[in-house]
Amino acid sequence: MAAPGSIAITFQDVTKTFDRPDGSGQFTAVDRISFEVTRGEIVAVLGKTGCGKSTIFNLIAGLSEPTSGRITVEGIDPFGDFAALRGKIGIVFQGDRLMPWRTAIDNVLLGLDILGADRKKSEATARGWLAKLGLAGHENDYPHALSGGMRQRVSIARALAVDPVLILCDEPFSALDEMTAQRLRAEFLRLVRESNKTALFITHSIDEALEVGDRIMVLHRPARIAFEAKVDGTITPERRLELRTRILDVLGSETGREEA
Amino acid sequence: MDSVSRKRALQFIVGTAGVAVLWQFASLFFPDYLFPSLPQIVRRFVDIASNGATQIDVLTTAARILAGLVGAFICGVILALILNKSGSAEAYLTPVLTLLQGIPALSWVVIAVIWFHGTEFRIFFIMVVTTLPAFTFQILDAVRSMSKDLFEMTVAFRPTRWTMFRVLVLPTVVPGILTAWKVNLGNASRVVVVAELVGATGGVGYELLRQQQLFDMAGAIAWTLQLVVFVLVFQGVITAIEAWALRWRPKSERAI
Repeated sequence: MAAPGSIAITFQDVTKTFDRPDGSGQFTAVDRISFEVTRGEIVAVLGKTGCGKSTIFNLIAGLSEPTSGRITVEGIDPFGDFAALRGKIGIVFQGDRLMPWRTAIDNVLLGLDILGADRKKSEATARGWLAKLGLAGHENDYPHALSGGMRQRVSIARALAVDPVLILCDEPFSALDEMTAQRLRAEFLRLVRESNKTALFITHSIDEALEVGDRIMVLHRPARIAFEAKVDGTITPERRLELRTRILDVLGSETGREEA
Repeated sequence: MDSVSRKRALQFIVGTAGVAVLWQFASLFFPDYLFPSLPQIVRRFVDIASNGATQIDVLTTAARILAGLVGAFICGVILALILNKSGSAEAYLTPVLTLLQGIPALSWVVIAVIWFHGTEFRIFFIMVVTTLPAFTFQILDAVRSMSKDLFEMTVAFRPTRWTMFRVLVLPTVVPGILTAWKVNLGNASRVVVVAELVGATGGVGYELLRQQQLFDMAGAIAWTLQLVVFVLVFQGVITAIEAWALRWRPKSERAI
């Protein structure tokens, strides 16, 4: 267990249940899950579609309330003490979720605007992030004039511009073509590592999880940790292959369980 | 002016000119009280437009339309927010609003004349009650068209209620609100004439009643055109605001 001061996220016996839309009772999306994420760590959360990854994401973001258990982000209850985490969490969603009526720079400025930051300084910050992500010259373009990759860059810039302590990513590159996703992933990782931020990266791709995570958590439905592994920065190709095979087995065992 | 706007303006001019030519042609064969000539109508129109006393009638009607629309809009916003917030309020109020929508404007005129003494309040009441359901439903639709994805994205930044309204709610509902104003402006201009026709001592509707009593078709057309000009000018203002507010919308090179 990490030292208390170095913990960014804690989940203690967290369960989340939802009412079924047809009124036929409840289903459990997250089942008594416990884990910690230390500051500066990048954790890749891997699992099949519907295993509860996004529920965990919403719980950490404070968008959803746990049915039972305790969650803290930087020592704060993200749902109960919602406003206390203002400016501390940056989120990159699966889709770019840009506001179509705002230009690229105005989209990046959104978080800073909400924080009430000085407009001039904010603009300089937003321009800086757009430039870092290769979008200099596109500041005044509306989202419809940008490609999918460019839009996702804007959404990354929007998340990083508020200088959050924690970055949450929900399959941010899954809608992009492989080449664009690879390039963007590398840029994103560089920026996160440079600023030594904590990140939780949700994905359903084993290769992506192996590439981004300092640690990989594999979830089984309903969300509970089925496998966990540290990924050393100097991981050898053999170890990578071994991990890949192991994760495939873990995910495959869930398929077997479902079929049985 | 782009090519589409130029084409539309040309189509408007050609269409209107066609009707004018047909009218003038008819005026050659019918008496003035049925089809007065175009010069007669134009002369009456200019007389009304250039006379301070008659312009007060036009401005009175315009003010009644705007006051009614503003009143209905404010009530519509409040009602739409209540309906959006409370399922039971929606269950009870939606049938009432639907019922109100089905009541003809003339019935409201009769009810208002019996209920109220003051002319201005009568007209204001008629304007509000006839445009309120449409405003409410259109604003409710606009609020509900807000993207859940954008809502969650914005909420994740933990904005205050006011900031949330400013950065997300307002830009989302503006297109719906502008459409509601355009639609209700047309309805209101028709209703106000009916209301003035029956229960007022001034305004375009009242003047139309006088022209009818005098069998003065040129006057009736000229007064009607005064109202049409006001509606077109106000529609133009709304369209200009709409074009500015929605300048971010992509334009396709092809039309449907």
